[in-house]
Amino acid sequence: MNAAVQATKEPPTKVSVRSLDFYYGADRSLKNISLPLRTNKVTAFIGPSGCGKSTLLRVLNRMYDLYPGQRAEGEVLLDGENILDPAIDLNALRSRVGMIFQKPTPFPMSIYENIAFGIRLYEKLSRADMDARVEGALRGAALWDEVKDKLHTSGLGLSGGQQQRLCIARSVAVQPEVILFDEPCSALDPISTAKVEELIDELTHRYTIAIVTHNMQQAVRISDYTAFMYLGELVEFGETDDVFNKPKEKRTLDYITGRFG
Amino acid sequence: MSLYASRRSANSVATTLCWVAAIFGLAWLFVILGVLLYEGVRGLSPAVFSEMTPPPGSAGGLLNAIAGSLVMTAIGVAVGTPLGMLAGTYMAEYGRYTKLTMVVRFINDILLSAPSIVVGLFVYTILVHPMGHFSAISGAVALALLVVPVVVRTTEDMLLLVPGSMREAATALGAPRAHVVGKVAYRAAKAGLITGVLLAVARVSGETAPLLFTALNNQFWSTDLAAPMASLPVVIFQFALSPYKDWQQLAWTGALLITVAVLALSIAARALSAGRRKSK
Repeated sequence: MNAAVQATKEPPTKVSVRSLDFYYGADRSLKNISLPLRTNKVTAFIGPSGCGKSTLLRVLNRMYDLYPGQRAEGEVLLDGENILDPAIDLNALRSRVGMIFQKPTPFPMSIYENIAFGIRLYEKLSRADMDARVEGALRGAALWDEVKDKLHTSGLGLSGGQQQRLCIARSVAVQPEVILFDEPCSALDPISTAKVEELIDELTHRYTIAIVTHNMQQAVRISDYTAFMYLGELVEFGETDDVFNKPKEKRTLDYITGRFG
Repeated sequence: MSLYASRRSANSVATTLCWVAAIFGLAWLFVILGVLLYEGVRGLSPAVFSEMTPPPGSAGGLLNAIAGSLVMTAIGVAVGTPLGMLAGTYMAEYGRYTKLTMVVRFINDILLSAPSIVVGLFVYTILVHPMGHFSAISGAVALALLVVPVVVRTTEDMLLLVPGSMREAATALGAPRAHVVGKVAYRAAKAGLITGVLLAVARVSGETAPLLFTALNNQFWSTDLAAPMASLPVVIFQFALSPYKDWQQLAWTGALLITVAVLALSIAARALSAGRRKSK
């Protein structure tokens, strides 16, 4: 993180989580979580498996709504609007808050169609405009040079790392405001991981990003803010440098130094 | 060492038994197919496809029976497939966690294994009896009732195979449920869904019992859906049991035609699902 930015005051808040509780049936898996996602910054969520970081991410685009018996209480404000409000238009919300998953999830269609799918949901473009948007999205995901000659072949034929970048391109193509990454590199080799990280770094200028990761070095490399969660609680939240170099909580220190257990 | 040796001999005994059992089962299949081929091919001639079923002692073919089978199977599949697909889609996509789905699945499984003669009798009671006569349309309805459970089952199974992450990914782009199902899940399950329909066609195209009670038979060319209609299985049933040599010959040929058609459908279904596996 660059010193000039640090010196200025806190950037504005894009998403504000306030006193959030989450239940899987009777199980309370998030306990009174409050934290901000700063506009056009990367916030990393770290913590041992089962601590609730992926659950928190899935609240931010109401993905949990797909499944019965899951509910959230509290407030999550996106630009001041409470997205937990039952009256909110979920499809519109999800078009504003994109998500990338642990395993690449290309649709069973061509590379071109994978990108065009999301765009067509909300926009009617001419062929030429669509071509330009698809190219722009693929360039944005640093994938264009690798796939420009096979745009109309199946997206399933790409390597894992390429598939993940295709998914990022697909998300970016619908021009969301926030992008959620749920362990986007845990199924990738180191070279693909480096490319995806580089990509996230570029995206951060235009999007507010939240990323769940098990890889502490990754959190240090790409995030501006870090939230350490444990057993459904937010233990510590702050600027990444502070959380990793001078954590306030002993549990944070134990976790980041690998002494947890 | 002796333990190892005894395991080895036990292994070879078991393997041999497996081979014997497999060969025993397959042998009968090949004998049946061989006899069918031998007897059926003898009667193959252009007349089979161009002339009506004859009265005993005169020349004729199976045209009206072939056409009747095609018509009733087509209507049955055309009616049963959408019903089955919609029900299967509800069960896998919309109501996956509901009680209704569990109830429907249970009843569908019963329907799937219900003897087809029961379906024939059911349609006889609700259609043939009130209408006062046998008809092609009641035959088609009986076949549709047999198509539904097969298609429900395969549709649900194939959609359940589509990973949830694919649905989540489409949902995360802001796609409404109908898009997620129609453009992503259906597309991912396409080969399986088509296979299900082909298997349903294969299943009903050889059914005799439900047609005996509904469409009955017709010695003549008929395209009237309200009138009795001939079909290959019923003609085979009638001709094979008759004492007339020429009728028996036509029954063999008809049986060969059905077998070849079902075989072709099954191979097509196999090829489709193999293609699906390769593309994954």
